[in-house]
Amino acid sequence: MTLAGDRAKELLSQPATPQNLARLVRPMLGLVLPVTLAVLWELIVRMGWATGRLAPPPSVVFATFVDLARTGELQRHTLVTLWRVGAGFGIGVAAATCIGAAAGYSATVRRLVDPSIQGLRAIPSIAWVPLFILWLGIFEASKVTLIAVGVFFPVYLGLMSAIQSVDRKLVEVGRAFRLTDFAMVRRILMPAVLPAYVISLRSGLGLGWMFVIAAELMGASEGLGYLLIDGQQLGKPAEIVAAIVAFAIVGKVTDWLIVLAASPFLRWEDVVRQD
Amino acid sequence: MLSLDRVGKTYPKGVHALGGVTLDVELGEIVAVIGGSGCGKSTLLRAIAGLDPPSEGAVVLDGERITAPHEKIGIIFQEPRLLPWLKVADNVGFGLGNLPKADRAAQIATALRRVGLTDKASVWPRELSGGQAQRVAIARALVPRPEVLLLDEPFSALDAFTRTDLQDHLLDLWADAKPTLILVTHDVDEAIVLADRVMVMRPRPGRIFDEIEVDLPRPRDRQSAAFDFVKRRVLAALDRSLNRAPTGAEGEPKAAAGAALWW
Ligand SMILES: Nc1ncnc2c1ncn2[C@@H]1O[C@H](COP(=O)(O)OP(=O)(O)OP(=O)(O)O)[C@@H](O)[C@H]1O
Ligand SMILES: [Mg+2]
Repeated sequence: MTLAGDRAKELLSQPATPQNLARLVRPMLGLVLPVTLAVLWELIVRMGWATGRLAPPPSVVFATFVDLARTGELQRHTLVTLWRVGAGFGIGVAAATCIGAAAGYSATVRRLVDPSIQGLRAIPSIAWVPLFILWLGIFEASKVTLIAVGVFFPVYLGLMSAIQSVDRKLVEVGRAFRLTDFAMVRRILMPAVLPAYVISLRSGLGLGWMFVIAAELMGASEGLGYLLIDGQQLGKPAEIVAAIVAFAIVGKVTDWLIVLAASPFLRWEDVVRQD
Repeated sequence: MLSLDRVGKTYPKGVHALGGVTLDVELGEIVAVIGGSGCGKSTLLRAIAGLDPPSEGAVVLDGERITAPHEKIGIIFQEPRLLPWLKVADNVGFGLGNLPKADRAAQIATALRRVGLTDKASVWPRELSGGQAQRVAIARALVPRPEVLLLDEPFSALDAFTRTDLQDHLLDLWADAKPTLILVTHDVDEAIVLADRVMVMRPRPGRIFDEIEVDLPRPRDRQSAAFDFVKRRVLAALDRSLNRAPTGAEGEPKAAAGAALWW
């Protein structure tokens, strides 16, 4: 992300030749379609060609969003959802990292646990919900557990396969320089695995957000998912869309936080991505 | 002194890669190992490095038996094998133990200067050319001041010009501390430019087939008649090691091939 910042600065400091302009404008191309559609829909509703009752125009969604924010409702629900995702993500990542690292490092551990985990992975995580509710009740514990389970699999798999596919030639460099096992892990394995690990964390987080919605849709009195249900039951589509927008924002921001936290350690990778 | 005593290697799958190599190398000597593909050159080098200990015999350095990587032995592989997440300077310093920061930086700076890459110190390995990367690998191997430096086809991935450049460079660096060099190569010219002795190996199982002294003053002129003379001898030995008719004019093919059989 700092890289993007540097790049922007670099772009701004350059004279505005047509090429530089093109480089600034090109990333904006992706915005053309959604913005056009939104403006079009706004116009259609304004002109009275459609009521926009079930599909509220952007201005109404925005007003609802601001309204919810002003009363503090939006923040309250967002915080609850964030807390659930945070707890589930934390637990899932911790478990996946320990087990995935052990299974990647030791063939014995892998033989021991991997078949079971692969078997469990074949079950769609939502199928666990009734069981979790029976075991853990309908409140936070079962929701957090569901999210943790959802996060666990991609992180476990990503880390394990990353460790297994570490370049043996680099490990051999470590051996030739007589690294201890601990130094080997810290100086060779960890940096080698980090890019794939970050990717797996990001996909784990994505699943975490998916499962928090599932958990909240199935029964909650708070949270952004509750806002969705509330909007549905009270026939307020603008509230639903506002909640979806909130999901999108926090989802993107949390994903971005992972990227940001990892970027100082992954700058070596950016060298290839630059062009 | 480095001594190999009947070093043999049988891989777990039953491949008899090395069948008893005996060789003494004096400190500061440069030995080139040459031979057909698959004749066990890399296996031999890895045994000396302690990366793949021999299944028979022993590698002994200064009276100490080598069964695992040793601080006095450095190795350079065919690929640079730089760690992509470390800047060039940190790659060069990778083999340095715990040292005060200033000492460390000084040693790295010296090593980088010796390979002519001072300006690349804070660059990522990906930004280097193949030749530059291999020079960094050489610097990395030399920084801990090994007594024995093993090189497994270190320049074979480089273009001819860069290769001769780096050969001269390697000799320069060698002249500093005069470590023992054991160099595996496919390139006869490279072997003769660098080595005091050229060992020719033959396969199945790998062993030393012939040994040719290179008694030419350094720096060696690749174009000289004396160079050419040694080259012919090495090529002829190489041909015999592969049971092939010699490429040179001297010697009858039949007799040469026959000569190989008694071994
Ligand atoms: N890890 C291994 N496991 C089993 N067999 C191996 C292994 N490494 C090498 N071999 C076998 O041992 C023999 C010698 O291999 P080695 O790599 O030492 O040859 P080389 O002389 O270095 O060849 P090249 O010139 O092609 O590099 C070959 O027959 C090879 O197939
Ligand atoms: Mg080899």
